[in-house]
Amino acid sequence: MKTDRIKFLVFALVVLLIPLPLSGGYLTNVLIFVGINSVLALGLNLLLGYAGQISLGQAAFFGLGAYGSGVLTTAYAMNPWLAMIAVALCVAAFAFAIGFPVLRLKGHYLAMATLGVGVIVNIALNETVELTGGPSGLSGIPNLQVGSLTFDSDLKNYYLVWVFALGMILLSLNLVNSRFGRGLRAIHDSEVAARVMGVNARLMKVQVFTLSAFMSAIMGSLYCHVMTFISPSSFGFSMSVELLTMVVIGGLGSVYGSILGALLLTLLPEMLRTFQDYDIIVYGLLLITMTIYLPGGLAEGIPALFRRLVPVRKVTEGSDA
Amino acid sequence: MLSLNGIGKRFGGLTALEGISFNVGKGSITGIIGPNGAGKTTLFNVATGIYPPSCGAVLLEGKDISKLPPEGRARLGLVRTFQNIELFGKMTVLENVMVGLHTRSSSGLFACSFRMPWQMSEERRIRERAMELLDFVGIPELAAVQAGTLSFGKGRLLEIARAMALEPKILLMDEPAAGLNSSETADLADLIKRIRDLGVTVALVEHDMDLVMDICDQLVVLNLGTMLAEGTPRQIQDNPAVITAYLGEE
Repeated sequence: MKTDRIKFLVFALVVLLIPLPLSGGYLTNVLIFVGINSVLALGLNLLLGYAGQISLGQAAFFGLGAYGSGVLTTAYAMNPWLAMIAVALCVAAFAFAIGFPVLRLKGHYLAMATLGVGVIVNIALNETVELTGGPSGLSGIPNLQVGSLTFDSDLKNYYLVWVFALGMILLSLNLVNSRFGRGLRAIHDSEVAARVMGVNARLMKVQVFTLSAFMSAIMGSLYCHVMTFISPSSFGFSMSVELLTMVVIGGLGSVYGSILGALLLTLLPEMLRTFQDYDIIVYGLLLITMTIYLPGGLAEGIPALFRRLVPVRKVTEGSDA
Repeated sequence: MLSLNGIGKRFGGLTALEGISFNVGKGSITGIIGPNGAGKTTLFNVATGIYPPSCGAVLLEGKDISKLPPEGRARLGLVRTFQNIELFGKMTVLENVMVGLHTRSSSGLFACSFRMPWQMSEERRIRERAMELLDFVGIPELAAVQAGTLSFGKGRLLEIARAMALEPKILLMDEPAAGLNSSETADLADLIKRIRDLGVTVALVEHDMDLVMDICDQLVVLNLGTMLAEGTPRQIQDNPAVITAYLGEE
């Protein structure tokens, strides 16, 4: 438990120091999205990696958060912080309500149902033109403010997003190492046995689904204030698949794995500019390769690689002596 | 303690159980025996709420629990183990028992994510209690081992420790001796008696006749989904209908 705390502190320190040498350049901008994607992937990982329940509609909650905040702060000139909280609570209530019927389903059926939720929400964002601006998007969203501090530069937004992200990562770490997290993992391993042990599987699945929606909605709100412009295409099926890829590549059932996955898959398109239109193919190939050769994801693969390298070095040291 | 009143279970056109009625006396060890396919495991699944019965009622201490889901029955003290041990394979042995303490603790989503002080002390209490239970079944040294790597015999002991964590009033055990060697079975018999001595009523489905005759106070014999006989082990041994069901007719 103590080493967990130290691990988190080191991680937080790294996160907070990284932008200093970058001096607000292009990479800082990319790292903002790494922060947003980390929390989105983490929310999905709590659901998929811990409770074992798939969702192909995570982008919907992200989109609802973004559009909720976007519309309320432009058309209704609402206080952005108030809007963020109100929207996140509404999205959580929505997820809670649909969670009960949807999470009764298992496997492929659950995947289809959540996919349906994602598609319906995306169509709604596209079609309610008077409210959302439709496919051409919603612009003129204000930046967030605290007192006289306006979050209008990449560096400020980096700290804004990552403070939220670190908070949610810490809470998630607490959660997975607790009675609640054990219940989720028990449901994943054997739902029948978990229920016979008195774990209320149905309720816990809905609770974690609601939590992931809440986290996604908060990130949606932050996203719209950072970007100041949003369009429905950012919250479609391909975004849901991208999040799923981050979770699988990062490591199912690993909090830090979600962040690694988000980091890799957010940086990768930037590095592979030439693949831009074919990025979904690259994701697909990555997903296949990873599930075959590294089913535990990066969270398992990196330490394993490290362990494999360390004895090799010892052997060379021995031969030197 | 546990009463089954006219339990019937049909799967489509197949009648798996019909007209099963018996009582499991408080503080007793009751054995449910019968040839393969007699409906013993189905009866357990109905009693613990994994399947709803097609007809009849399940009563725990006189209260009708037929409509409750498995987790609701577990909370009332009706707990089971499985024939093919259902452990949480990716969790450690200690964590498995800690899941068993789920109903004996209450921290929810918020208390757990914010590490509230009462949640931390509850967590410590759960951990200590789980260690005591591993001591009780005799595998404290395996606490940190991943449950999926245990041998069948140790897995069985863990499953019993996990079930005992719920502080059951009645423990239903589905073939606890299956897959165990003779010395493990002897230890199991001793363990079941110690569980009974703690005031827990035990009902078990079992094929190992030596074990059943040794530890059970009362036996129920099922055959082809119906009740064939009920009585003490001695009465059952001399019952001609039972002998016919097991050995076939001349």
